[in-house]
Parts: sequence; C-alpha cells; structure tokens
Amino acid sequence: MKRLLILLLAASASMPALAQHQGHTMPMPSARPAPPAARAARPATRRAAPARQRRPARATSAPAARRAAPPPATPVDPHAGHVMPATPATAADPHAGHNMGTAQPAADPHAGHNMGASAEAPDPAAGPPPAAALTGPAYAADTAFPAERMDEARAIFRSEHGRIRTFSVLVDLLEARIQNGRDGYAWDAQAWYGGAINRLWIKTEGEGTLGERPERAEVQALWSRALDPWFNLQAGVRYDFRPDPQRGYLVVGIEGLAPYWFEVDGALFLSDRGDVSARFEGEYDLRITRRLILQPRLELDLALQNDRATGVGSGLSSAEAGLRLRYEIVPEFAPYVGVQYGRAFGNTADFRRAAGEDVGGWSLLLGVRTWF
Amino acid sequence: MHESLIDRRAILRGAAYGGAALGLSGLFPAWAQSGSAGIPPALPTLSGEDINLTIGHSSFAVAGRSGHAITINGTLPAPLIRLREGQNVRIAVTNTLDEDTSIHWHGLILPFRMDGVPGVSFPGIRPRETFTYEFPIRQSGTYWYHSHSGLQEQQGHYGPLVIDPAGADPVGYDREHVVVLSDWSFLHPHQIIAKLRQQAGYFNRRRPTLAGRLSGDPEHQMSAADREVFAQMRMDPTDILDVNGTTYTYLINGHGPEENWTGLFRPGERVRLRIINASAMSIFNVRIPGLPMSVVGADGQNVRPVTVDEFQISVAETYDVVVQPTGDQVYTIVAEAMDRSGMGRATLAPRLGMSAAVPPLRQRPLLGMRDMGMGGMDHGAMPRTDHGSTQAAPPVAGSMAGMDHSAGQAAAPANGGMAGMSHNMRDQANAPGVRLGPGVDMIAPMPQDRTGDPGLGLENVGHKVLTYRDLIALTPFPDRRAPTRTIELHLTGNMERFMWSFDGVRQSEGAEPIRMARNERVRLRLVNDSMMAHPIHLHGHFFEIVNGHAGAQPLKHTVNVLPGGFVRLDLTADAPGDWAFHCHLLYHMHAGMMRVVSIRPLEGEAA
Repeated sequence: MKRLLILLLAASASMPALAQHQGHTMPMPSARPAPPAARAARPATRRAAPARQRRPARATSAPAARRAAPPPATPVDPHAGHVMPATPATAADPHAGHNMGTAQPAADPHAGHNMGASAEAPDPAAGPPPAAALTGPAYAADTAFPAERMDEARAIFRSEHGRIRTFSVLVDLLEARIQNGRDGYAWDAQAWYGGAINRLWIKTEGEGTLGERPERAEVQALWSRALDPWFNLQAGVRYDFRPDPQRGYLVVGIEGLAPYWFEVDGALFLSDRGDVSARFEGEYDLRITRRLILQPRLELDLALQNDRATGVGSGLSSAEAGLRLRYEIVPEFAPYVGVQYGRAFGNTADFRRAAGEDVGGWSLLLGVRTWF
Repeated sequence: MHESLIDRRAILRGAAYGGAALGLSGLFPAWAQSGSAGIPPALPTLSGEDINLTIGHSSFAVAGRSGHAITINGTLPAPLIRLREGQNVRIAVTNTLDEDTSIHWHGLILPFRMDGVPGVSFPGIRPRETFTYEFPIRQSGTYWYHSHSGLQEQQGHYGPLVIDPAGADPVGYDREHVVVLSDWSFLHPHQIIAKLRQQAGYFNRRRPTLAGRLSGDPEHQMSAADREVFAQMRMDPTDILDVNGTTYTYLINGHGPEENWTGLFRPGERVRLRIINASAMSIFNVRIPGLPMSVVGADGQNVRPVTVDEFQISVAETYDVVVQPTGDQVYTIVAEAMDRSGMGRATLAPRLGMSAAVPPLRQRPLLGMRDMGMGGMDHGAMPRTDHGSTQAAPPVAGSMAGMDHSAGQAAAPANGGMAGMSHNMRDQANAPGVRLGPGVDMIAPMPQDRTGDPGLGLENVGHKVLTYRDLIALTPFPDRRAPTRTIELHLTGNMERFMWSFDGVRQSEGAEPIRMARNERVRLRLVNDSMMAHPIHLHGHFFEIVNGHAGAQPLKHTVNVLPGGFVRLDLTADAPGDWAFHCHLLYHMHAGMMRVVSIRPLEGEAA
C-alpha cells in the first residue's frame, strides 16, 4: 500500500489535467450483419471477364528447391527412426490402409526413406536473412494489383489483426443498506471503451438515505493505460455533485489485478482547493460454486487535511468492510445479500458527531451486480 | 462441372434421405447430407476446371433454433470442391454481402496472388464484385477453404476441398466420407470478442470452486503447489478453450449432436474418413469407440499408417483415417471439445436410422506445470497432472540425441526435479527477442519439445492416442538440405486482457514481416509462452515437423504448439511472395497473432 501511494504521488506530478482520449476512434455502432437476407434472388454468377482476373505468371512452375536436392543416402538400418506403435494392429500390419497393388511409394514402405542415415540436424544459428531476402518490392501483391487498392486492404488487414475496440459497463454495487436509523442506498459503477492498452474509463459512486437525494455522488473520467499485464495507470478528473459545496479533483491512480486474484484500485485526488486525499479499494471473488460467489471488499479513504465544508477530516477519514454473497443467474446478472461495517474515524467522526450524524455501524445489504 | 443448387436439391430428394428432415436438406451440400452413402464419383460435387461460388447471407438452423450465417452457395458447410492433381482450376467467387469477403484455399500450393488473404495476397473481394481465382493443382489430399475476412469464418464461411492424386492413390479404400468439424454460435462474433475482452473467462463455467474442492470432485483437485503457483500468477488452470460449449454447438458436417449426421458403410469395407477441423476456436479429441483408426494422412499429406484409438485435431488441421468395420454394427464418431464442454457427434452405420451409445463427456482436464513451460516439473501427486505416461513412452530413435536445449534455455531435466528452476515467469533472459509489454503475461522458463505429447487431457486415457512423433512421411520431402538459419518466434499473450501476439507484438502495431530468401532452408522454432495451445499455420507452404524421424519428417501446413512447449519446423521457402502466418484460433488471430512471411526475390526477378 505504501509503495503504491509513493508511486501514485510520484506519478501525479506529471499527469495531465484532463482525462485524455488519445488515439481513439470513437465508438461506432457495433457492426451487425444484415438480417438473414432474402436469398430468393440469387445473382447469376458473373464469371465473364472480372476486372482484375490475372493468370499466374508461371502457372505450372514447381519450386526449384523441391527438385534441387535428390534424396541421397543408403539405408543403414531400415527400421531406425520408425516408431513401432504399441497397438498390435499396426505392428502386425504396417501396411494397413495402403493400397499395395500400385506402383506408388507404398509398394515399398521403405522406399524413399532415409533410414537412420541422416541424424536430425541441430538448430543452426539465428541470424539476419540473406541479402536476397531484402530485394524486390516491399509488397508482393502490388506487382499484381493496383497499389491504391492494396493500400486500403493493408489498412484493413492491420486493423483486423490486433486493433479491437470494445466497451464494458459494470454496475459492481447497486444496493439498499438496511441499518440502525434510516436505511440508505449506494452504487458503484464503471464503464470503459477502448482497446487493450488505452481506454477511456468512467467511474461513478455515491450513497444516500432512501427516498432522498444522494449525500455523496461523484463521477470520474479517466484515461487508462496498461502498465504491465495486469495493472493500468489511470488519470483524469473527478467531480463531486454532492455534497455541497461541489468539488472538482484531479485524479491519478492504479487499478488492476494483484497476484492471487485480488482486484485493487488506489487513487490520489487533488481538489480544486488544493486538498489532497486518497482512496483504496480491494475486492476478491471467492467462487463457492459455479454460480455462488462470496466477495469480501474493503474501502479506505484518507485525507491530508481537514475540509470542514464537506465533512472530511485528515488522516484515515472513513473505512468500509463488506462481505457480499451473490448468485450469478447468468454471469451478467447477479443479485446479492451482504453485510457491511462502515465508520468514520478521527476528525471526520468528530465532524459527523457535531452534525448530529451517525459515525458508523453495521448494514445489511440487498442489491444486484450486473454488466454488459 | 458446376451444378446449380437446384440440381443438387433435386438429386437429393431422389436420394436416400427421407422424413421430416427433408425440409432442411437444401441447407446441406450433398456430401454433408445425413445418411450419406459417401462420395461416389457420381454424386454431384463442384469439380472440373470452372467453378462458381457465391457468398451470401443465409439462415442456419440447429437444435431447433435458427440464426444468421454467411455461407458459400447457400450451404453450411460449403460445397465439397473435388479436384484432380495436375488440372488447372478457375474459381469465380461472387460477393453478395455488403462487406468485403475472400476465400483462402487452406493448404494449397499456389501463386501468392491466389492465396486469398486481403491486404497480403490480394485486395479482397468487394461487395457485388466477382474475383476469379486461377491456379494449377500440384498436390493431392484433404484440404479446406474459408474466409480470411473479418470473423466470417465463425459464421459458416468454410467448406472442404479434396484433391485426388494424378496416379493411383497409395491409400486403399472402398468408400470415403468427408467429416467437417466446426463450431456454431448464435452469438455474433463481435459479441463473442466483446465478452472475451470484458471477462476473459466468460465462457468458462467450470472454474475451480471451493465446493468442488471440498467435495473431493476430481475435476477440482490440484496439488497445493500447483494451486499456489497458478493463483500467484493469476492463471486459471481450467482456462483451456477461450470459447467453448457454453455458446458453441459443435457440428459435424453442419449437423448438431442431436441431428446425428450418419455416414453409411457396408461391413468389411475400408472406409476413408477425411476429417477436417474447420472450427473457429475448437480443438477436438476424435475417437470412434470400438473402432481403431489407421491414420494415413495429416494435413493432406500421406503418412505411414499408424493405428490409434484417438487423436487430437487442432483448428485447421486435417487427418485422413481408414477404418474397417467388419460386423453389422453401428459406431459413434465422437469429437469432444478439448475442455470437455461439449461434443460433436456423428454415426457410422450400415443402415440409416441406427445409432450407437454416445459416451458421456469425460472429466475436464486441468493445466499443469508443463503447460506453464516449467518442464517436467509436476509438483502434484495428483493423477490429473501426472504426465508420466508420456515420459515413459518409448523414446523415438534420434529424437533425444537431436534435442537441442541450447539457445539460452535451461535444459529440462528428463525426470523433473527442482534444480535450476527459475520461478520468474516473465524473465526477459528467457526470450530476448520478445517485447515484454502488457501483452505478455508469461515467458516459459523451460519450454519442452512436446511433439511426443498427445495433447491436454489425453495423457492417461488408457488407449493409444496419436502424437506428432507417430507421423512419418510416406514420401519424404525432396529438399534434404540441412537448415542454415534458425528463426525463433515466441507465441505470446495475456489471458486476462485477451491479447495475443508473436514476440509480444501484434500485427496491428506495424510488425515487420519475417523475411526469407527464396529457396532458403530455415528452421522455425516456435516457443509457446502461453498456457493455451496455438495452431500455427503458414500459407503457401508445407513445413516439416522435426519429430525424430529425420529423412521422413511429416509435412504439415498447421502445427499445434502445446502450452509451455516448443516445436521445430524445417521449411524450404520455395514460394516467392508474401504469405500470412498466424494462429488459426480465429479470435487470437483477430487479436493480433498474425505475421507476414515475405520471400524474395519474386518470380522473374534476378536472384
């Protein structure tokens, strides 16, 4: 955790102020094929003089190399190098399946085999290709087809082999919190769009008292870039619509999958008042059965200074530890029940007491997790 | 000659196929009709010098549901194209879609401009355009053809292609059936890729669970050491096929398991099965309980017959087997998905309407230390991870002596042991040529030559399973020069982000072509730094698998590289031009596991 925070601090200095969205093409409506088209009118096959029909220059040329080296060598041991399969059938009749009546190679099963005479060649050295490999045109097909059309096709070829753009929407928490005093609600959701390395992320979370406006509601817009196989650097902005007064923040964080399958997300925030705060979230999916999953989850909020207006005190301001048991009706939709203990600490707790609010306690959770 | 669909339908209705399924029959080409008597020469197929194909939208029905398909001449699979070695062929392909399309002739030796990869060998076929492929047929055997545009292949754009030899066929048989294995989903391929990106394990509904572990269910039992290493690495030992029976209906000749495609035979006949894995993402274990199979061809090339009870067929591979059912008995052809999440099923029967018992799916296998590239280092006392049987297999003459553990790789101790084992699973020193970015979640520390392994989950099935070391070319490849240069390529990926690449670089990132001089003899060393098997396919060539049979190494166009393993291939770069070289798992290729092999000088240029 400490290492993570140090890393975040170091990185935050160089982060852009706004969520970036570099190098992205914006989402296009997912290309769906036409519905099963009426095949009633089958076009007559047009075979007459297609525009680009070409005859192979040397239609029957056999590759030179295939004639270059005649099979040498005298068999030394006709059976060396052959596996005798354990199955008796084959051992008994090695010619099964072959028509022995013809003058084909099978007539003499050993004909053409260089039995044992040539040991397997060792791996030769690696190295650059011979000079001849670097001669000729850059693109062979340009010698046979119009270069403009090949350029277009090459652009498609590149993009169809590695440039996948997809999106995801995950509502991780959407729950009612049944607790002492007035019951509440909460949500935590995220969405992304992009490729494997660069993505635009939107995150939102908040909570409130049932039947009332949220007490806390925030949205983050982040540019996410893969750092290694499992972790992403995320940087951008956060805006808190609630509480009043509203606050804007710069965000930098690291999100990913830690060894042993822990999902972690740590972020640093710099508010428009110059206040620094941080948040850490971690969760783990314990798969009890194929569909039943127990998810322990921890969230810690920290601040460097007091912000009386929003009720956040310095130090560890609040923590939530929850245990949710969900049932995946389908992987995309899972209702859950759970319990959570959440409370405020230090000055944050004092601010809340002063405002006549609860400092924390247990909640029973009922909610759904869904993604698409 | 080309037969119109109408003609074929008419013939079909007169043929031995009755009952309720008649309405569906038009959706299948003649050879794929259930109850097929095989492929007698009289039965219409597409053959001759001029062939017309039309690519369009169709609806495809299986298991009582119908969905949208992209088909060739309106059928799924596409019509059988049957040619003869030595002939020329002109194939006019008309695109009635609203998007570009293409046909790649998988395994055929032809001029690069006829190979059918948009952006590499030609510009593609635009909507409402006709492109005519024209090339000489210089080989024989069992092949197939499919789209190389977008993800059309997943939607039904594939079919079989059989070439008869110019002379007598060294394989003797009385009857033959084409058996096309494929996978069908009612999800659009774009939805499938989106799910994989959102949650890489989405289709895997059999992940390890606490309840499974506590109940003693053998599918969930791992050694503590394995469990620790997998969790530490954020790897799922049950992540075997990215897309599986959760969404796929496995098809045999376009028929779902319930529809039970049936091929007929007369007892005592030698029946040749031309088995083609035309699926997008599915590796199958094929067996016919009660009937040994004599493997006579691999990827269209004849091999010395070897009798097996089962074989694993990776995506885009083909195997020819001969079976000889002697009694008046019925047999089930089982094509079980490697992760045991479903199966394709068909029947071999002396008469229509018969069916044999369908064996239940076997226990789901678990990945182990070998699949992590940790050599023979199985920690477990668990039978599931015990690969002992493969190690106990009789050593192939020459294979051990020739094994090269140099090139910076630590030699794997023959019988395991912890000595020298690095637990660093992303050590740049183990793969200096790999860009170790976010797209590479592991580098196999001790990859092994796994050509002697039968494939995941087939180590201890109690009967003979084919391995690459069992394959011996019937006619050796004539170029007997020793290779002069090694090209090492790492198969890399990130399971969690669903990223796939060679050497950590996706094609879309502007990967440089792999350059070879014309007629150069190279050794390709493919190292699988991931925990998934990858069927690697090179267009326009056959390579030899270095499998211990020097002088008679088998020729293949597609090689399945097992997880944490490596294969060595000898290749004569005898076809000038640019050629696609890629993982044939469709979504891996789509994610970037693609390269261009560039061979110069071109024809007509000075060498």
